[in-house]
Amino acid sequence: MLTLENLTLTQDDFRLTANFSIPTGALVAVIGPSGAGKSTLLSAIAGFFAQSAGRILWNGHDLAALPPGARPLSILFQDQNLFPHLTVSENLGLGLNPSLRLSAADRAAIDTALARTGLVGLAGRKPGQLSGGQQSRVALARVLLRARPLLLLDEPFAALGPALKAEMLALVAEIAAEQGTTVLMVSHDPADARAFAPLTILVAEGLALPPQPTAALLDSPPPALARYLGK
Amino acid sequence: MAVLALVLGTLAAVAWRAGGLGALDATDLAAARFTVAQALVSATLSVAFAVPVARALYRRRFRGRGALIALMGAPFILPAVVAVMGLLAVFGRAGVLSDALAALGLPRISIYGAQGVVLAHVFFNLPLATRLLLHGWQAIPSERFRLAASLGFTPAHTRRHIEAPMLRATLPGAWLAIFLVCLTSFAVALTLGGGPAATTIELAIYQAFRFDFDLGRAASLGLLQVALCTAALLATARIALPQSFGAGLDRAAVLPAHPGHLLKVQDAAAIALAAGFLIVPMAAVLGRGLPALASLPASVWLAAGRSLGVALAATVLTLALALPLALAAAKARHRGFEWAGTLPLVASPLVLGTGLFLLLRPLAAPANLALPVTVLVNAALALPFALRSLLPAARNLHADYDRLATSLSLGGLARLRLLSLPRLARPLGFAAGLSAALSMGDLGVIALFADPAKATLPLQLYALMGAYRMADAAAAASLLMVLSFALFWLFDRAGQHADT
Repeated sequence: MLTLENLTLTQDDFRLTANFSIPTGALVAVIGPSGAGKSTLLSAIAGFFAQSAGRILWNGHDLAALPPGARPLSILFQDQNLFPHLTVSENLGLGLNPSLRLSAADRAAIDTALARTGLVGLAGRKPGQLSGGQQSRVALARVLLRARPLLLLDEPFAALGPALKAEMLALVAEIAAEQGTTVLMVSHDPADARAFAPLTILVAEGLALPPQPTAALLDSPPPALARYLGK
Repeated sequence: MAVLALVLGTLAAVAWRAGGLGALDATDLAAARFTVAQALVSATLSVAFAVPVARALYRRRFRGRGALIALMGAPFILPAVVAVMGLLAVFGRAGVLSDALAALGLPRISIYGAQGVVLAHVFFNLPLATRLLLHGWQAIPSERFRLAASLGFTPAHTRRHIEAPMLRATLPGAWLAIFLVCLTSFAVALTLGGGPAATTIELAIYQAFRFDFDLGRAASLGLLQVALCTAALLATARIALPQSFGAGLDRAAVLPAHPGHLLKVQDAAAIALAAGFLIVPMAAVLGRGLPALASLPASVWLAAGRSLGVALAATVLTLALALPLALAAAKARHRGFEWAGTLPLVASPLVLGTGLFLLLRPLAAPANLALPVTVLVNAALALPFALRSLLPAARNLHADYDRLATSLSLGGLARLRLLSLPRLARPLGFAAGLSAALSMGDLGVIALFADPAKATLPLQLYALMGAYRMADAAAAASLLMVLSFALFWLFDRAGQHADT
């Protein structure tokens, strides 16, 4: 269970507070107007942004002392999720061992992840030689290999077409179901939230609200969300 | 820390010996004025000419382009005496140009004096500026130009939206680097300048040190030199802002295809003029020297071996200092590391030399320490240049991939091996080439610690010239040029190769 306990994030004029828990294995969308602090919230959980007050807990353990790579999570950014000078299999290997000293078992795991994500035969390519969808698949394959209990998606699929995006979200849902992963996904598209995430966190006006059922929230949105949705 | 200790330690020694600036007279102040004036003119001309040349080299693909770019590294790293020999052969009173003018009934020109000093400085620094700017152009992700092409940018749009921001980030650093090089000019002033109208402070230090053995005056002049360099560094500090251009995915470079005829002619002219200005003087030296290479005495070959050793040791030391500094500077929110790496710029070779002489005199015979001290000083002096070529790429690396690397726990040696070294291979190669060649051709510190039995190749060459053995001098100059160039080419090439 992920718990944000009286969490306060501040930067210059910006201020965001959150105080709730997310049950293990939940698929949660994070929606709200741009600039409301969706990415900042994910950055704080991932360890890239220090909170000014409150605690972030995973199963009761405070994450504050842990550097980003040691936290029980994987994060995918909007871009720069792969190293362009390394091959696909090297990029995946980094998920298992950052020094790339890989055992035979590691290599087998990489092959399995490649097969699972439909990347067979592309192990030796570099990211620049892949399509956008394939690059996303490589990033997801690395998430699969890292097998961390929490996954943060900061709109990594925003640049993909609707069909590809739906495909990627389906792949995320599949991986999450298999590994019992808790997923937090920033989204600009209410349809994505509806399709993918039973629960939604609304971030608006300096406040991240506790997760609530997505369909109900979108059907009768509070004023801030209604303005954002254009209803 | 080591850099700080070396620079500040020697400066302290100089300051202690100088006991203030009181020993300076009107001649010394004239030297200070000339030093600043010629450096201003030299740096501005070098950078101004470099912009069209670098842009042309970036935009155009032609046979020999790679060779020409590599050659751009040569003049800056050529020993000054060698370059001066070449410039005299072209622009001197008995040079090619004067011959042509005389044939037309015009007076011959002379490059002794201020104009010669500026000419030589532009000769040395135009290529450096071109290389630095070309690196700036290459650091712009090809996606930006692709985007520009897709938006139908005219060359003016491209200049304004893509090239101008890059130049704003790159030019101040390049100008400053060149201004400081010219501020501490010694060998050029020694050969082409001199006299009351064209003496630099460095030359004045050398004369006080070697001819008068007036250490107090040498130290006072050293202080003046340091004050000038420091003032220049502080004055430009505010405009040298770091650049941020975002990341690209290493797609193959799309040439910014906008082949207007005017643009083509302009580019061709820029390249041809720059190439001629660089190649002809060097060819003149090689033409005289190469045939005489076989008859060189053994002492010259031994000196060449010593110089190679010094150059390689200094290169290793420079990179060992520059890479950690660049990575730390890219990460830091403050600019402390960058300043530490730039610190050697406030101390010229002769100031460091004078300081080390003062420090070491009680401990050991200075002649015994000549080579280690040369390695040390060369590494310290190459550091700012190495850092300058590494820093923009290191900043981009940090901006683009630090979060990803951190989220994957990629740290320590693994990060160095898998991320920093491969992503920085190109500027690292350039920095190594620069350090090696600068050290190979150095005739500053070694002249102060002179000892014929342990001479480096440049010192040996200087001795040959002093003895009017001009055939041997030309041959030694050719050898030195070839070795310096080979070192630079090998390192730079290795970096480019590793970057593919």
